Amino acid sequence: MAGLLGTEHLTRAEIGAILDRARDFQPGPGQSFKRFDLLRGRTVVNLFFEASTRTRTSFEIAAKRLGADAVSITAQASSVSKGESLVDTLNTLGAMRPDAIIMRHAASGAPHFLQRHLGIPIINAGDGTHEHPTQALLDARTILDRGKKLEGARVAIIGDIAHSRVARSNIYLLSKFGSQIVLCGPAALLPRELAHLAPGVTLTTSMDEAIRDADVIMMLRVQLERQHEAAFPAGEYYQFYGLRLEHLKLAKYDAIVMHPGPINRGREISSEVADSQRSAILNQVENGISVRMAVLERVLGGGNGVNPSGGEAHAGASH
Amino acid sequence: MPALIIKNGRVIDPASGYDGVADVWIEDGVVKGVGAGLTAHGANVFDATDLIVAPGFIDMHVHLREPGFEHAETIESGSRAAAAGGFTSICPMPNTSPVNDSATVTSYIAEKARRHAIVNVFPIGAITKGSAGEELAAIGSMKQAGAVAISDDGRPVMNARVMRRAMECALSFGLPVINHCEDLHLSAGGDMHEGLESVRLGLRGIPGVSEEVMVARDILLAELTGARYHVAHISSRHSVEMVAFAKARGLSVTAEATPHHFTLADTDMLPYDSNYKMKPPLRSISDVEMVIEGVVNGAIDAIATDHAPHAGSEKMQEFEQCPFGILGLETAIGLTLERLFHNGRIALPHFVRLFTANPARILNLHRPDSGPARGTLAQGAAGDVTIFSTGREWIYDVNKSFSKSRNSPFHGNKFRGGPVATVVGGEIVWQA
Repeated sequence: MAGLLGTEHLTRAEIGAILDRARDFQPGPGQSFKRFDLLRGRTVVNLFFEASTRTRTSFEIAAKRLGADAVSITAQASSVSKGESLVDTLNTLGAMRPDAIIMRHAASGAPHFLQRHLGIPIINAGDGTHEHPTQALLDARTILDRGKKLEGARVAIIGDIAHSRVARSNIYLLSKFGSQIVLCGPAALLPRELAHLAPGVTLTTSMDEAIRDADVIMMLRVQLERQHEAAFPAGEYYQFYGLRLEHLKLAKYDAIVMHPGPINRGREISSEVADSQRSAILNQVENGISVRMAVLERVLGGGNGVNPSGGEAHAGASH
Repeated sequence: MPALIIKNGRVIDPASGYDGVADVWIEDGVVKGVGAGLTAHGANVFDATDLIVAPGFIDMHVHLREPGFEHAETIESGSRAAAAGGFTSICPMPNTSPVNDSATVTSYIAEKARRHAIVNVFPIGAITKGSAGEELAAIGSMKQAGAVAISDDGRPVMNARVMRRAMECALSFGLPVINHCEDLHLSAGGDMHEGLESVRLGLRGIPGVSEEVMVARDILLAELTGARYHVAHISSRHSVEMVAFAKARGLSVTAEATPHHFTLADTDMLPYDSNYKMKPPLRSISDVEMVIEGVVNGAIDAIATDHAPHAGSEKMQEFEQCPFGILGLETAIGLTLERLFHNGRIALPHFVRLFTANPARILNLHRPDSGPARGTLAQGAAGDVTIFSTGREWIYDVNKSFSKSRNSPFHGNKFRGGPVATVVGGEIVWQA
């Protein structure tokens, strides 16, 4: 029973299966989400060592819609580090025999380290500046839902790439499907090694170059809490790396704008863009639930034979 | 104590140029002679047939954690690990608590070692008080108390003027200055080598240049002052090149490398496993190749382990929370044979020199102010002998280590060749 630590080591088929299955869990137009009993009697623990509203809530709702019991614990890493160690905290929780632990932690690799010492599957809900796999999965679902293909899509990811777990998970996922990935940001936030992270990745410090002919523009939040120094002149960020309406003219006519949230209006994205028809930001949030349902079902095994909607595969891969 | 005769081994003593099958006769704590068919009345005999008999190996860079961190290691436990690794002399760095920055602490360590250590312990004193990088420590008094070098090891002197004064001071006392080269501004917050792997793992990087800029600075200061200067645990390509450059200019600049830095690269790390976390970090394959090349071509003089024990609880944390450092004493010979000898990069006399004559010369243990010479089997030298095999197969089990700590990435490693017996002052203190 494997957890989900990242997209790096998922195969294209595994990703396709999750994206297909997520579609089964999406409500139809104008409908509300349905409840399923696929995970009745199972318990998942949401263990968040870092502040998060949307991801934690999204996982919680996803678990409940599948009939699982979900317990959420918010443990500020700082208070934990004063007393109980991370290993002890997890061992304590593990002794209560949950079926999976959904974990967010400020330290890169914290779930990977714990998974080696804990027999319970861990779903990574974001580890430091490393990976955030369910975000990349829901982003892919959103791109597909907007009628675009991942194969050959030109995806610009713009902002603080160095400190972005969303960027890494998206790079690995999109690369497996043959997307062209253009990473863009100020040089200090765009290490040159990124070009070798996965096939199909190119780098540019020019916003215009990144956006030209893009199918998808993914903006990243400026993560002041992860920058330990001023890597770019204060006050100049929005001028050079903030997404404004005029940029969209360079992209494909049907390009979509994405953002993992929470957005900082006027810092990395203008309000006009965030609220425009091009924006898929709220679709991303909505897809978070169905994608996380698919992930929970996969990790927890589901397997009681109930087919929620009789839905068919759409992402081009089998279940 | 009765005499000891080590019979019939291949005796390799690079300091005297001796290499041949012979017996070694030790009595009254010193070498009485090397030759064929030696006997002494009532002597113990050790049969070293098919084994290598070398001067006692010297590890010029260890952490014994005493005083202050005895839960991780003590002078006694560290000395036992040293003996089991084939070392007869070890040099503990001053980052204890309190820091070894005064004759009092140096004497304390020396006295503790005299009572409890089973190998020789030659302390290294701090460069600055508290290793805070500001005011020079009591360098002369520490030397009188037994310090053989000065270093602020893990807390490198950032102020170039302080480093200059330290070199001048060390020069007047005849001590080498050893520096852990790391520009702390460039490395700040880093957890592993900066490169594709750190980007991939989302860990903050320690760039190779953070070492190289300080090596460059120190070499220039060594030229200015004429001091004897030694680069600790050299790890990056340009550092090795610069040491070679300094040697070519005739400066008294030397360097050591650790077995892990010529064995593992950043790509060999088990992700987020703190047994792969140390300073300097495991670097790129290109750096590893250059460190090997530096040993082969003589830019690097010595092999030292940087044996850095940490208690299990300290290493069982999020990677970025874990302290830096790994054990090294018990695996050094095995790793060095594997990486440098078995593949033909260096011959056995060179191998032995890296652990004996060279560190002895750097630390002035080859002709000390008092006591017998180390790093050689010349007549009258200390009766310290390392007996090792180049063929014996064994598996390293860290849980059986003599160290109090367990932080090694080499647990379970299969070795071909390793220490067989360790002789200190004519006494066999460890035997496989």
